[in-house]
Amino acid sequence: MNTKEETWTGYLRPDGRQGIRNLVLVIYTVECAQYVAHGIAEGEPASHVIGFPGCYDNAYAIRLLLSLARHPNVGGVLSVGLGCEYTQPARIAEVARQSGRPAEWLTIQDTGGTAESIARGRELIGQLARQIRHDAKRTSMTLADLTVGCECGGSDGTSGLAGNPSAGAFFDRLVDAGGTAVIEETVEMVGLLPLLLERGANAKAREQLAAAYAKIEAYARSVRQHSIAPGNFAGGLTTIEEKSMGAFVKSGSRPIQGVIRVAERPPQPGLWIMDTVPDGHFMQFGYTNPNDSEGIMDLLSSGAQVNLFVTGRGSVIGSPISPLIKITGNQKTYRRMKGDMDFDASRVLAGEITLDQAGEELRDLVVRVAGGQASKSEQIGHREYFIMYKHQDTPSRTDGCRG
Amino acid sequence: MKNCFRVHPDDNVATLLEDAEPESVNIIPAARPVKLNQPVTLGHKVALTGIAAGGPIIKYGIRIGMATEVIHPGDWVHLHNCASLVDERAATLDAQTGQPTDTPYE
Repeated sequence: MNTKEETWTGYLRPDGRQGIRNLVLVIYTVECAQYVAHGIAEGEPASHVIGFPGCYDNAYAIRLLLSLARHPNVGGVLSVGLGCEYTQPARIAEVARQSGRPAEWLTIQDTGGTAESIARGRELIGQLARQIRHDAKRTSMTLADLTVGCECGGSDGTSGLAGNPSAGAFFDRLVDAGGTAVIEETVEMVGLLPLLLERGANAKAREQLAAAYAKIEAYARSVRQHSIAPGNFAGGLTTIEEKSMGAFVKSGSRPIQGVIRVAERPPQPGLWIMDTVPDGHFMQFGYTNPNDSEGIMDLLSSGAQVNLFVTGRGSVIGSPISPLIKITGNQKTYRRMKGDMDFDASRVLAGEITLDQAGEELRDLVVRVAGGQASKSEQIGHREYFIMYKHQDTPSRTDGCRG
Repeated sequence: MKNCFRVHPDDNVATLLEDAEPESVNIIPAARPVKLNQPVTLGHKVALTGIAAGGPIIKYGIRIGMATEVIHPGDWVHLHNCASLVDERAATLDAQTGQPTDTPYE
């Protein structure tokens, strides 16, 4: 194995976290503020937008917003509300400030209308952008300083043979280099309990994995929906069991350290599973993993500075906050959507490269992107996001207390 | 000859690596070629052995479903002849396209 040490220069935040991008994050706190938030961000290239559409707040959504406000790639925060919703823009700015990040907030009703709020927001975002550019402390980073998430979507029969195994080969290298890897999509681990338990690093991890597995079984039965879509079937996947095995391969082969929940940072490096599934007594409130962007938001909440996205059928999405690197194992998809794909894993199936070589190449690509090279979706400007109502107990599944 | 891939030695299906007509296809890693009974497209599965109705469909070395009718070597294996053991809704999907048939649009 190649053990050469790759380094690049990142951004050291006042709270000690290390980012690979230096962004102002605009966070809107209700759908009514969405247009204004995007209008503000249009004036500032080093800014991204996320937001929560609901008027009534939700503990999960607040935890997610606060984790993203303090994400390593975020240098400063501007939160934008309408003024009558439950979620409080001032509180979000306050939490960001406590982490040492400069932060401002405004409500549209107090500022004026659309035009006045966009104008005021642009003044604030301009100041924040100048401040984080000026104050940015640079730091040397290696793979050991990186958390990388991986999601798959638009999966087909090639995803489990080439795309996800390539991501897994990279994850093994990341973990061996002292880095952190996170996958979620526990709803795509159906039928894999024995395999999960085999991979658990210790008794506690195995216990967490068994609990997460019991939850997805009950969840899928309760909502009568497994995580498999028409395009998966059209792409050759016949059952959720088949899709699950192909999806889980992206975890690679290293031990699973345990299960974290949304907005929780992995307590130590290594491979982690994130449980993003709503908790039992709130199951009536809808689906988990309603789309790929929602899963990526959850992965971001772990602090992932880079995310991989494996797609067989082809997807064009990107992500705010952290670069998304898109991988396909389907040669037809790669040719048809070359402008959107960062990595052609179909070469593994064509016998042109080995899985080991794919893992090496992906590592080199991640290092280049971490060092500043824009991924395809970053170049194009894709920044899809999706934050929804969801109910999860916090801080841990076992103590039964709802935060 | 076109290729299909068998992930695990216990598998009774293999995945097509390109679109194929009813023709003999090569199995990777090396095994006896199988003749397809229908066209099978990239990413879809072909049966390598005969499978009795109710018998397990094995891929990645695990059971990914159950045969809902007799499957012959060379048959395309998909929603029309293989069912999940857990996913109740999948049984209602269109066997060719996987599209839902149980959601009213008006």
